[in-house]
Amino acid sequence: MTNPTTSEIIARCQELYDDLRFTSARDWKDAEPGRKVIAHMPIYVPRELIHAAGMLPLGIMGGGDNLEVIHGDAYYQSYICRIPRSTIELGLSGRLDFVDGMIFPSICDVIRNLSGMWKMLFPEVYVKYFDVPQTYDDDIGGTFYIGEMREFLTDLEALAGRKISDDDIRTSITVYNENRRAIAELYRLRAAKPWQAPASEAYLVMRAGLTLPVEDHTRLVHDYIAAAKAEKRPIKDNSRIILTGMFCEQPPLNLIKSLELSGCYVVDDDFMLVSRWLVGDVPTDGDPVYNLSQAFLHQSMSTAAKYEPDEAEKGQFLVRAVRDTGAEGVIFASTSFCDPALLDRPMLQNVLKAADIPYIAFKYSENSGQMQPIREQAGTFVDSIKLWSAA
Amino acid sequence: MKPSILKAQPADVQKDASMIKQKQMMAGHYDRLTSAPETGAKVASTFVPGNLNELIMCFDLVNNLPEVNAIQNGLRKKSGAYIMEAERSGHSEDVCTYVKSDIGMMLKGNIGPNGKPLPKPDVLLLSYTGCFTFLKWFELLREQYKCPTIFLQTPYMADGKITPNMIQYMVKQLKENVIPVLEEVSGVKFDIDRLREYLKKSAVAEDDLVAVLQSAKNKPSPIDAYFGGIYYIGPIFGAFRGTDDAIDYYRFLRAEVEERIAKGLGPVTPDGTMSEEKYRLVVEGPPNYTNFRQFWKMFYDEGATVVASSYTKVGGTYDYGFRHNPDKPLESLAEYCLNVYTNRSLPMRIDMLSDYINEYEADGLLINSIKSCNSFSAGQLLIMREVEKRTGKPAAFIESDLVDPRYFSGANIKNRLESYFQMVEQKRSGRGAAA
Repeated sequence: MTNPTTSEIIARCQELYDDLRFTSARDWKDAEPGRKVIAHMPIYVPRELIHAAGMLPLGIMGGGDNLEVIHGDAYYQSYICRIPRSTIELGLSGRLDFVDGMIFPSICDVIRNLSGMWKMLFPEVYVKYFDVPQTYDDDIGGTFYIGEMREFLTDLEALAGRKISDDDIRTSITVYNENRRAIAELYRLRAAKPWQAPASEAYLVMRAGLTLPVEDHTRLVHDYIAAAKAEKRPIKDNSRIILTGMFCEQPPLNLIKSLELSGCYVVDDDFMLVSRWLVGDVPTDGDPVYNLSQAFLHQSMSTAAKYEPDEAEKGQFLVRAVRDTGAEGVIFASTSFCDPALLDRPMLQNVLKAADIPYIAFKYSENSGQMQPIREQAGTFVDSIKLWSAA
Repeated sequence: MKPSILKAQPADVQKDASMIKQKQMMAGHYDRLTSAPETGAKVASTFVPGNLNELIMCFDLVNNLPEVNAIQNGLRKKSGAYIMEAERSGHSEDVCTYVKSDIGMMLKGNIGPNGKPLPKPDVLLLSYTGCFTFLKWFELLREQYKCPTIFLQTPYMADGKITPNMIQYMVKQLKENVIPVLEEVSGVKFDIDRLREYLKKSAVAEDDLVAVLQSAKNKPSPIDAYFGGIYYIGPIFGAFRGTDDAIDYYRFLRAEVEERIAKGLGPVTPDGTMSEEKYRLVVEGPPNYTNFRQFWKMFYDEGATVVASSYTKVGGTYDYGFRHNPDKPLESLAEYCLNVYTNRSLPMRIDMLSDYINEYEADGLLINSIKSCNSFSAGQLLIMREVEKRTGKPAAFIESDLVDPRYFSGANIKNRLESYFQMVEQKRSGRGAAA
C-alpha cells in the first residue's frame, strides 16, 4: 500500500471541512449501538474525559462561510459576533440532531450565555457550561478544576450508563498525548519549512481532528507530515508571520489562503487551540484527573480568554513564539465584536512594540467574503517587513 | 467637608428628598476619594457586581468603582470624548464603552465628577463576576497603574444552583489570595469580627432596599424601579454597603416610599409626580446614561412606570432572599458574588423576568439592549420570546448604549416605545389576541 499524497490527504480533509452535516461523526455513531457524540465549542475541553467514556468529541467551530444563516440571525443583535448565530443555525437546521451533548467552554459572555440558550432550545440534549479556573494555584484553582472535572465525569457516566475508571482515563490521555506529539511535529515542520506545509493545508489537517476519532487523526497527521516532507515544493520570497486572535470564531479558509498569496508564511497561529492547549505530554501514572488539572494549570497555552496573573508575563508568549519560529511579524486578526481578542489586543501590541516586533491588525468574521482589502493590508505589511530587514 | 459635586439643579427638575440625600452621599464619597492623597487614605478599585465593600472597609480602603465613574461621565456628557480618546489610542470600536470611557478619562487626567483628579488605586481588586470584560479591564488598568492586582473568580451559575465546589473555591481565594494582599497593601490586619459587624449592617439596609423595590407591587407604584431604581441602588451597590449611612439612607427612603403609598402617589420624575399610571413595565438591561433624562421622559410622558428591572439586581438579587450573613462571613460574600444577576444562567434570568411580570402585574417586558454589553445582551432576543410565551404579555426591544452617545437614537427609541404602548393597549382590549 502506497502512502497517500498531500493532495489526497487534503482532499479528504477538505471534504470533512465542507461537510456541515458531520457525516463522519454520524457514521461513527451509527457503526455501533449505544455510541454517543459530545460536541464542544472552542477553545478547550478535556476531550480525554469524553473519550474515556467511549464517546466521540466533536469540535463545533461555527458554520463557516458556506452556511446560510436563516434562523440564527433572529437570535442575535447585529453587534454580536457570528459564531453563536451560525452554531444556533446548525442546531435549528437539524445538522446537530445526532449530538447527545453540547459543551460550552468558558471563553466569553456570548458563549457562556449560549449555553443557557441551548438548554432552552434543545432541552433533550445534555448541555454543560464547562467552567475552568482563572487562578492557577494547585490548592485553589486546581482543587476547583478537579471538582468540575469530577462533576463532568459523573454526568458522562450517567450518559454512558457505565463507570469511567481511572484506567479508562489514563488510556485516553495516552492516545491524546500521541495526538499532541503529532500536531507538535506538524507545527515544527511548518515553522521550519512553511513552503512544505502551507498554513491552508495545515489548517485543514487540524480541522479534521475536530471531527475524526483521535486515533484516526493522529495517523492522518503522520501521513500528512510524511507526504509533505516527501513532496518538492518551491520556496517563495515570503515573510514569516504569526497569526493571533483566531482562537474562537474561525477565519474562512480563503482568508488563510489570501494571506499566503499576499506573501505570508504563517509559522504559528492560535486556530483550534483545543488540539494544542496542553503543551507536552500529560503524565499517565497516578491520578489522571489530577494530572489533567496540573497540565491545565501549568502547561497550557496563553490566550486572550485567560487571565494573566503576572503582569511581566503578559504577551510574552507572543514574543517567545516569534523567537522560536523565527517569525518576522505578527498579524492580529480578530473576529468583529470579540471582547477577549479585542480587549487584549492593545496590551499585546504594547508588548510587541517594546520588543521591536512589527505587527498589523484587522478584523474578520467567519463568513467574510471580501479578501482584497486583507490581501492588500497583508501584502503591504510583508513589503514593509522586507524593507526594514533590508535596512 | 462640603460635598462639591452638588450643583444647583435647573428649576424644573424635581427630586424627592431621598434623591437629594443620595446625591449628597455620592458626592461625599467622591470627595473622600479625591482627597485621598491629602488624607493618606488608600484606594481599592473594584467592580459593582461582586463588590466586596464590607471586606474593603475592613482594611480602611476607599472603594473606587470604574463603572460608576463611567456612568458619571455619561450623565455629564463627557463619556463620548473619552471613548473616542481611547479609540484613538488603539481600542476597538467594538468593545465595552465603560472600559473605553474609563481609559479615556485616565488619558485625559482622570478628573472625577467633582472636578478633582481621582487618585491612582493602591490595589485593583478584580472581582470577576458575571462579566468577562472585567478580567481584561483590570489587566488594562494594571498596565497603567502598576499596582498589585488581586483576582477573585466567581464561577458561573450555569445550572441554576450554587455547588459546594463553587463556595469552597471562592472562600479559598478569599482566604489565600484576597485577604493577605489586602493586608499587605493596607497595612491593616484582617479582623473577621469587624467584617461580621459590617455584614450585619448590610443585611439591615438590604431589608429596607427590598421593601422599597417591592413597593412597586402597589397600584399606582410609588417608585420607578428602573430610572428611579438607579438612584436607590447607588449607595448599596457602591461604597456604602455595610455602613450606618446606608442603614440611614434606606430607612429614610423606605419611610418616604411608604408615605407615598399611603397618599396613593406615583413616582417622582424630573417633571414632578406622575399623575396617571397607564402602563406598568418590567425592563431588562441597563439604561442609556448619555441621554438619561430624555430616555426617562419617553416613559413618563406616556404614563409608563417601570415596576421591576433586572439592572437593579446587578449588584445583588436581594429580592430573591439573599442577605449578607455575619455568621458565615466569607461564605456569605461568596454567595453574594455568585447571585448577582449577570452571573445567573439565561434560564434563571427568564424565570426572574417572568416572575416579575406576574408578581408586579406588569403589562409587559421591555428590553433595552446595550450595544457594548455582551453579558446582558447576548441571548436577549430569546429571553424576549420566552417571557412573552410564558406570560402572554407583549415584549419589545430597543437598542442603545451605556455611555456612548453615538448609539443613542432618541427618535428611533421613541417610535418603538410608542408602537409598544399601542401594542399593550391592543392586548388589553383583546384586539391583540384576535389579530
